[in-house]
Amino acid sequence: MFLVWCILLLNNQAKNSYEAILHDISGQASKEIQCDQNFCLFATPTRFYFMDRPPFRRANKLGLPVRQIYVSSSLWKKNLAAAGPQKFTQEFIDKQVEEFEVGKRHLANMMEEDPETFTQEDIDRSIAYLFPSGLFEKRARPFMKHPEEIFPKQTAIQWDAKGRPFHFLFYTGKQSYYSLLHDVYEKILAIERHQDKMRNKGLFTSDTKQILLTGSRWLLKEEIEENLVENISDQDYMRLIQLMEKLLSMPYCSLEKEFILKFRKQLEVQSSKYEIPALQYDPQGVAFSVADGRRKTAKASITLRDSGSGNITINGRNYLHYFPVLQNRVQLMFPLLFVGMMGRFDIEGSVEGSGHSAQAGALRLAISRALLSFVSEGEVEKMRQAGLLTADPRIRERKKP
Amino acid sequence: MNLHKLSSRLCPTVSKFRHLHIQSSGQQLEAVAVETESTEPNPLSVFRTSEQNPTYHSERHTGQYYTLPPAHIQKLFPHGLPPRFQLQIKTFNEGCVMVRPPVLELISYLKKADYSKPPLRYILYGDIGTGKSMSLSHALHYCYTQGWLIVHIPDAHLWVKNCKELLPSSSRPSRFDQPIQASQWLKNFKITNEGFLSKIKTTQQYVWTKRESTEKGQPLGVLVDQGVNRMKSSSDVVGAVLRELRLQAGGTTEGEGAFKLAVAVDGVNALWGKTSLKKEDRTMVCWCKPEELTLIHNLRKMMKNNWSGGAILTALSQTGSLFKPQSAYLPSELLGEEGFDNMEPFVPVSVSNYNEKEFESCYLYYLERNWLQHPHSRSEEGKKELIFLSNKNPSILERLCAFL
Repeated sequence: MFLVWCILLLNNQAKNSYEAILHDISGQASKEIQCDQNFCLFATPTRFYFMDRPPFRRANKLGLPVRQIYVSSSLWKKNLAAAGPQKFTQEFIDKQVEEFEVGKRHLANMMEEDPETFTQEDIDRSIAYLFPSGLFEKRARPFMKHPEEIFPKQTAIQWDAKGRPFHFLFYTGKQSYYSLLHDVYEKILAIERHQDKMRNKGLFTSDTKQILLTGSRWLLKEEIEENLVENISDQDYMRLIQLMEKLLSMPYCSLEKEFILKFRKQLEVQSSKYEIPALQYDPQGVAFSVADGRRKTAKASITLRDSGSGNITINGRNYLHYFPVLQNRVQLMFPLLFVGMMGRFDIEGSVEGSGHSAQAGALRLAISRALLSFVSEGEVEKMRQAGLLTADPRIRERKKP
Repeated sequence: MNLHKLSSRLCPTVSKFRHLHIQSSGQQLEAVAVETESTEPNPLSVFRTSEQNPTYHSERHTGQYYTLPPAHIQKLFPHGLPPRFQLQIKTFNEGCVMVRPPVLELISYLKKADYSKPPLRYILYGDIGTGKSMSLSHALHYCYTQGWLIVHIPDAHLWVKNCKELLPSSSRPSRFDQPIQASQWLKNFKITNEGFLSKIKTTQQYVWTKRESTEKGQPLGVLVDQGVNRMKSSSDVVGAVLRELRLQAGGTTEGEGAFKLAVAVDGVNALWGKTSLKKEDRTMVCWCKPEELTLIHNLRKMMKNNWSGGAILTALSQTGSLFKPQSAYLPSELLGEEGFDNMEPFVPVSVSNYNEKEFESCYLYYLERNWLQHPHSRSEEGKKELIFLSNKNPSILERLCAFL
């Protein structure tokens, strides 16, 4: 009875230590072994030893020894996922920056340009020249960028040698976020105090200069995370935006204009991106414009002539013969219908490649682009929003096994 | 009821059409009609004409629709009208044809021609869907009202393709018969020309089989019945009928019944094109040539101008033709060399898409018939869209409006 108890105890210890080792190395592998052990328990008879325990005598949960089975090398592999994102020390990053600068000067030398005024665009150009790549994915091509852009921003050690944190909000877990909230609220209080002062003086007016917010948007959650170098949740983001809105709702918010604009991103005016084809004139004085369009592999090029009667000739043939399908003719009609200039133009076009639908799409894009020169600014924006000026990016995907 | 009386007083000729409207669509249309009638005189007549007789159609009727009397449709066109037009007649409960310049030209030639000389051959040609068959039907209606004898082959392409039964000819060994098509055509011929069947007599004896023959001097009706009843010899009967008509068209041989003969063939390019019928020739299977078919052979004889007292009206057709590209529409392209040589000399009449006025008229007609249901189609913008999408082609416009 006593002996059995001793053996059980010994076996337990062995089991504990062995399992500890197992868990360290591979959580998954231990599960495998557990199953194997159960299997083996039923297969082999159990034996008990008193004095000398042979090494690597494994035991399952019940404390009963089991026959050893082959163990794969995955046991000794590190669990990479458990480590988290790779951490770089500050010295490492500094060294990278130094190497980058030196490399930049070498590159400028190679390209026989002035190392002092060698910008990032020049670097990109030179790398593309020295290492031409045919890869379709732009991010897979060779590049040389400043280490700030390559290595993710990491927070420095936030506690001193004794383990005491520097920031007072460290134990909230998201110190930068909460400190930002505190700052915003400070500003709100400051503005309220200012308001009270103005009221006391009798100079309170509600129609003060307001901050212009059109043409800009709040920073996205990802952008704020990037700035704060820590993860915030959706609710946190909403809370921050609500606070900023509250700040904006106050009459004297223009005092904190630069602070607020730090959190707004300017939106580009998209319609200024399109280059309008120049309006040319015939010897007879008739205005016309030329434009191209593409869709899938089809390329189209048209001449849009003013003071016409709505005749359309494609590749020398009437559009009724070239596009017997109604859908294609509707595609041709849409830009003119949208702008409201249906019977005004004569169109002469040539198109090649791909199939009939793609050719119709290419012609439609070409017509829309040619119309830009006959149409006002507001109409251009409307056309852009209708999707007439966007080239359809869909192409045929390759065959995969 | 007051509205009805008012409208019938103002436009007596179109009163029967008004009646239809009031029955079908009640208050709304009446209100609209009264409004328009008080402002303009007879807006309905802008695109309609009350002139039912094609003889009196002239330039001032261009673009206007005239109604084909139902009795005429049944008699003259048992098989003659294009299928889509037949559907339209059924839907609208009336057959309205637009008066167009090519037909007026054709009718004026017919009026001025000298019928003691060999017949003139008129070929209507044009792009697909421009109205060649319809123009041919219009001209044929004119001939009918003038009391001519009509030989109308609605589509010669039907005789050179999709033939289920192709029998070797009973009379000649190297030819093939098509009994179904022939007897079908004879039935329709009988319906159209009932009046003439008793007046025309055969000039010779025709022996069909050992036991059957048609004697000389029998009325044409007997010949036609022979073809209808006995399917086997119907193709030869067709040949005999055509021969008789050719001989007697001038009215010189027999004293009774001097008639004018109108031979109208739609899709005449089928006579000189290829067929899609196969014949078993010893061990090989090869395509029939058109001249090996009895019907085609006889028809070709009709196309020659070695007889007098009539006119040959034909129309080309690419849609039914075999082995011809879709872009071909000129006579030289569709008829081929052989056909062109055979048909020469001919009077070409070109048929084209609608012009502004004709399109307007067609659009108003569809509006009036409530064919354009879509609310947007009634607006200016909708009309412009229709013009663009159909390029004023009659058949494309019709197909487009069908689902609006």
